[in-house]
Amino acid sequence: MTGTFRQAAATALDDAQLRSNLRTATHTIRDKRLAAVGEVPDWEQLREAGRRIKARTMRHLGVHLETLERSVTDRGGTVHWAVDAAEANGIVTRLCLAAGAHEAVKVKSMATDEIGLAAALEQAGVRPIETDLAELVVQLDPQDRSSHILVPAIHRNREQIAALFRARIPGAEDVTSNPADLAAAARRYLRERMLGATVAISGANFAVADTGTIVVVESEGNGRMCLTLPRTLITVMGIEKVLPRLEDLEVMLQLLPRSSTAERMNPYTSLWSGVHEGDGPQEFHLVLLDNGRTSVLADDRGRDALHCIRCSACLNVCPVYERTGGQAYGSTYPGPIGAILAPQLSALREHRDLPWASSLCGACYEVCPVKIDIPAILVHLRRRIVEDRAEGGRRLDPERTSMALLGRLFRSRRRYEAAQRAARIAARPLSDGPQIRPVPGLLRAWTHSRDLPAPAAQSFRDWWRERS
Amino acid sequence: MTDARATILDRVRSALADVPAAEPHVWPGADEPIDPPAAYHRTSDLSAGELADRFAARAGEYQARIVRCGQEDSEIAAAVGRALAAEPGDGPLVVPPGLPAAWRPAGAVEDTGLAIGDLDRAAGAVTGCAIAIADTGTVVLDHGPAQGRRALTLVPDLHVCVVREDDLVGSVPEAVARLANAVRAGRPITLISGPSATSDIELQRVEGVHGPRRLVIVLAAGARRRAT
Repeated sequence: MTGTFRQAAATALDDAQLRSNLRTATHTIRDKRLAAVGEVPDWEQLREAGRRIKARTMRHLGVHLETLERSVTDRGGTVHWAVDAAEANGIVTRLCLAAGAHEAVKVKSMATDEIGLAAALEQAGVRPIETDLAELVVQLDPQDRSSHILVPAIHRNREQIAALFRARIPGAEDVTSNPADLAAAARRYLRERMLGATVAISGANFAVADTGTIVVVESEGNGRMCLTLPRTLITVMGIEKVLPRLEDLEVMLQLLPRSSTAERMNPYTSLWSGVHEGDGPQEFHLVLLDNGRTSVLADDRGRDALHCIRCSACLNVCPVYERTGGQAYGSTYPGPIGAILAPQLSALREHRDLPWASSLCGACYEVCPVKIDIPAILVHLRRRIVEDRAEGGRRLDPERTSMALLGRLFRSRRRYEAAQRAARIAARPLSDGPQIRPVPGLLRAWTHSRDLPAPAAQSFRDWWRERS
Repeated sequence: MTDARATILDRVRSALADVPAAEPHVWPGADEPIDPPAAYHRTSDLSAGELADRFAARAGEYQARIVRCGQEDSEIAAAVGRALAAEPGDGPLVVPPGLPAAWRPAGAVEDTGLAIGDLDRAAGAVTGCAIAIADTGTVVLDHGPAQGRRALTLVPDLHVCVVREDDLVGSVPEAVARLANAVRAGRPITLISGPSATSDIELQRVEGVHGPRRLVIVLAAGARRRAT
């Protein structure tokens, strides 16, 4: 594996504080998730139902998007379509300026992170204010970046957050590192802004095509404040978030909270359909975002990556994520889901090393609430990327060449046995007892990161021949 | 804008060339008879008493305070009074239009379009609910009569919510089914499971961020509700 993940991972692995923070947080949530899932007797049936709902929806995505557009419009909302990030940012920015807003309060949203909306707003003179506690932590430090889907500041512990608050939040100079005090400081800082905001920007967890209902799932109440108090609400959602029917929520609202925060139900879930007279925003805009999703859809094996409901359970159980953290992935979507989603969203032009950022242990599949077979898609993408390299003229790609060679060896018994003998002889000077020593040169990458057993003195085939 | 719409829908169509045109657009659901692997439970088999106990226990685990009382309006009024006495706060109480007169605390202000600032200065809100979910300890508002608009139960720091045992359903699927009419009528819905909380610091749950930091649920015994 070459490229940015490997370098970033090496740096992250040297950060003992980061590894300790990640280990504490991921292990806390793992145990809680097991308990929350364990008390649901039909959990496996729900997962299967979730998978089928998502798979069927993706197979007829166009129909459901057109239905959603009609339902939202009928309820007084306005629907916009955006092919890419630039288009989406342009739409949102224009809407903010038209509303005369110099500030917009934001509900945490992966889609708006993905398109870099905050920077685009800032450039247009609209100040985006993150109202989720962890997003606020990341926003307060200009050098920082999100490292987790659910808890963007998971890489920081309470002491580090307290230090940041003391330095950056007016009136929080004496805040302690007690999480309750930190939450209270965030409340004081953000409340006035949310009470006075004219424009809010959110993402969507689900959108029900049939009824035109958008669903936002959250904990803190900043979501409710943003979705309820401002006059104008703009929701940016990836086109894959649509669900055909209201009944589909009966599955998703069970799967998501238990997988995500390991709660039976998250504190607050808001549903709204267009504009409600006398209650909440009187102007509602829904921006439907493609930004690479249709190219994911075009790969009938990689397509399942679009089923993701952004719970982050796969991050919390991943042995690679636990050690490197989310920033090493260098994409909006880290962890196992990021490793299959990020490269595909860029049509395999970026994040090409991420499918190798996995040990293929399969824990991510076991916890995925909609049963995305992440390991299978990782392998599929590795193959696509290697083939793509060959087509790009790199005929001498070492991985492709060695795999082709192995293929030839394995096809012929004579060649296979000859290769075994050759390997025994070649390995002798490199062996250190039962192990191959780390060696320089071509094999360095392989031998430096793995315990490779030395070939046995006698092969099974030779032993069998002698015996009979 | 029209161009983006056409472009995206075109891309979707060509991406899905492998899908047979005759395939149904939606998965038929849990009741599909040939589909045991996905036949999850839609209904709860708890008795009325078990539902109430499970709801009280699970809402309580989320740090909602539970006050149980009898079914009569006078008993509910007394329980609301006890709940409020235990939750000191400055400012008036606010109530939604349509709240049964007997439940309404003395001096409470009815929200007939109060400014957000007025709600911010209120000590708390007293409301009813649409339904409540035992499995998850959730109260659900459809913002109809006796529940008020969304801001009413969001901005004040205390929410006292009266739940009748007859409002209880066991499971999330039962709740979604009960809410379908309100959603189709275009009403917003809010699901509330305990007071506002965050898991953003070291993934540990801490109560009390932006929504009401105190949630009191007055759980009234099961009087037959009038059909609506």
